[in-house]
Amino acid sequence: MNYLPLIIKREYLTKIKNKSFIVMTFLSPVLMIFLALAVAYLTQKNNDKTRVISVLDESGLLYDAFISSSKLKYQKLHNVSLEEARQLVEEASSYGLLHITKTNNLNRLSNHIKFYSKEAASLSLITKVEGLLARKITQLKLQNYGVSLDKIKTSKTKVNIIQESFKGKKTSKIDGFIKLAFGGAAGYLLFMFIIIYGNMIMRSVIEEKTNRVIEVIISSVKPVQLMLGKIIGTSLAGVTQFIVWIIFGGAILIGLSVFLDVDLVNQSPIQQNIAVQALENQNLKIQIQEVVTSFFKMPILNLIVAFVLFFILGYLLYSSIYAAIGAAVDSETDTQQFLLPVMMPLILSVYIGFFTVIENPHGTISTVFSFIPFTSPVVMLMRIPFGVPVWQQVVALLILLVSFGIMVWFASKIYRVGILMYGKKPSYKDLVKWIKY
Amino acid sequence: MTNLLEVKNVYKNYGNYTALNNVSLTIPKGSIYGLLGPNGAGKTSLIRIINQITMPDRGSITLNGEPLKPKHVQQIGYLPEERGLYKSMKVGEQALYLAQLKGLSKTEAKKRLAYWFDRLDIGDWTNKKVQELSKGMAQKVQFIVTVLHQPKLLIFDEPFSGFDPINANLIKDEILELRNQGATIIFSTHRMESVEALCDDIMLINKSKKILDGKLIDIKRQFKTNTYQIGVKAANLQLLKQDLESKFKLTPAHFKTLEEALKLNIKLEQNETPNHLLQYLISKGEVFHFTELLPTVNDIFIKAINSN
Repeated sequence: MNYLPLIIKREYLTKIKNKSFIVMTFLSPVLMIFLALAVAYLTQKNNDKTRVISVLDESGLLYDAFISSSKLKYQKLHNVSLEEARQLVEEASSYGLLHITKTNNLNRLSNHIKFYSKEAASLSLITKVEGLLARKITQLKLQNYGVSLDKIKTSKTKVNIIQESFKGKKTSKIDGFIKLAFGGAAGYLLFMFIIIYGNMIMRSVIEEKTNRVIEVIISSVKPVQLMLGKIIGTSLAGVTQFIVWIIFGGAILIGLSVFLDVDLVNQSPIQQNIAVQALENQNLKIQIQEVVTSFFKMPILNLIVAFVLFFILGYLLYSSIYAAIGAAVDSETDTQQFLLPVMMPLILSVYIGFFTVIENPHGTISTVFSFIPFTSPVVMLMRIPFGVPVWQQVVALLILLVSFGIMVWFASKIYRVGILMYGKKPSYKDLVKWIKY
Repeated sequence: MTNLLEVKNVYKNYGNYTALNNVSLTIPKGSIYGLLGPNGAGKTSLIRIINQITMPDRGSITLNGEPLKPKHVQQIGYLPEERGLYKSMKVGEQALYLAQLKGLSKTEAKKRLAYWFDRLDIGDWTNKKVQELSKGMAQKVQFIVTVLHQPKLLIFDEPFSGFDPINANLIKDEILELRNQGATIIFSTHRMESVEALCDDIMLINKSKKILDGKLIDIKRQFKTNTYQIGVKAANLQLLKQDLESKFKLTPAHFKTLEEALKLNIKLEQNETPNHLLQYLISKGEVFHFTELLPTVNDIFIKAINSN
């Protein structure tokens, strides 16, 4: 008799009905969004205070480099000595004092600027001021060489290389970015999915062992059936959770953006801002159009098919290992020694994905690792948006499928023996012995 | 076909460890078969092989004359020693699930569950989670799940552990009732007193080898020592004792139903009969107590294992 559907149903329903699962499903998107909002809010709060910087320019050349903004005000001091200025600034509790030496030599000037402040000034602020000064001094130098400011402005050029392959396929920087985003997201999603739901499978196997229900079950069904039922049932629960997250998270995001839009219209007090926004919107529209066209330039069908296949096989490969680990130990605390070798290739594949695939999606390292079964799901998923020949994908899939078969065989051997072993923390040597039974 | 289960020359090794060494047994239909042995003797290994949880390295097993196949698990009900239930599942749902795994349809399983829950008085607990049950209650649920699919062969591994005396007795009666309805029962334990009351046949296993098997009554006869327990009242007990000591082999006996009497265990020689002893005793005093001392299963167990 085939009891697989029955087992899958039970595993699925128990997971779905579990209180902590339900809470996690509905709470995590809310938590994530609130966390993001909180971070945004706190960052804003952190920069909320208007900083006042006093500037004493004894050379008188650089005053007009400083233009105050709402967050940063420059107070220009005239006709005071450095000592007086320091006193003044300290009493007024301004953020700091920028002092520029009296000289006409521009080369000397650049090395004789000092910033006094109560505490060490923030890095971003110093960098900003340095940038302003450098630009101004460069301008002054160019003017000294007899170049007019207008000429400098008009000679500024922005280059946008149009990329085209020998076969005539056009690509652009946005294309590259979109590909990266898609590959990265797919790979990372698989990585997260394996860790979260692999652990869930492992815990559910351990639970059966600690409940001592296992022997009752396997007197009715084959251990392999139970293991597969567990893996599939838990995965379906995982997929359900993911779908809820996407729908729920999407709804919250849409709701929030509508809410914020309303706010924007109601509260925009400065006319100018609207104009600027409209202009930016125009830009944004063009960019969105570019993104959309880039998106459709990707091998979409290939991407979807490959995503589904690599995702399922990669996940199954790892989850059978998780199930075997769960069967081998008595409690979750004993799993550490076995989990490390599982995590290593997984983490490795994500690093390879994010470092080598980005640099060169068809380089030796990325190509090789997109064939090795334990890293291929993540690495290949990241490579595919950049266009991988179909034969490579098929070969990688076949390798993955074969290794999945071998892994399930090993896992079910360990599972079969392990679920009936109590009280002893097994070593790797024991596992090898179990496989031989 | 009078034997339900036949196990022939079964061997099982786990690596270098021998769990079963050339074990054979036959279990008559409709009997209660006691599988006895100390911890680690190989009882559970043998039971797991009969349940097809593990496979024997060598040897054959037939159920009802057919070689054991996966489909036979539906004809076997197994209550393992290491038993438990899913803690966070409801009692009713769980029993239904386990029954379906034994091949019962959902409606049939529901019907039978209603009957059994009523019979063992746990109907109110259907919608409770297992973690809310007492240990005895959970054991009852476990028992029901084992017998629900009306298996021909029932295997109980230490069935009474976890039960209080009242519930243990209830379960004992249920086991006997199932036997009367035609089920064959394997009963594995190292608690000998429960064997006396239940088993028709026994097998003794020690260190992965079968030591002895057969009808319980035959084995008892085989192990009997021709010893009789007596209680006699006479005018001079001391004198009587000295008298007896010159003729028979004596050891003191201990029982509390008689006071002021000579209480002795008397071992007779091969050529002596109980009548012989009784006649002698009657001539000396008043006999209140006379019984043959049959060895308990416990005695047999210890004797057999020590002599092995």
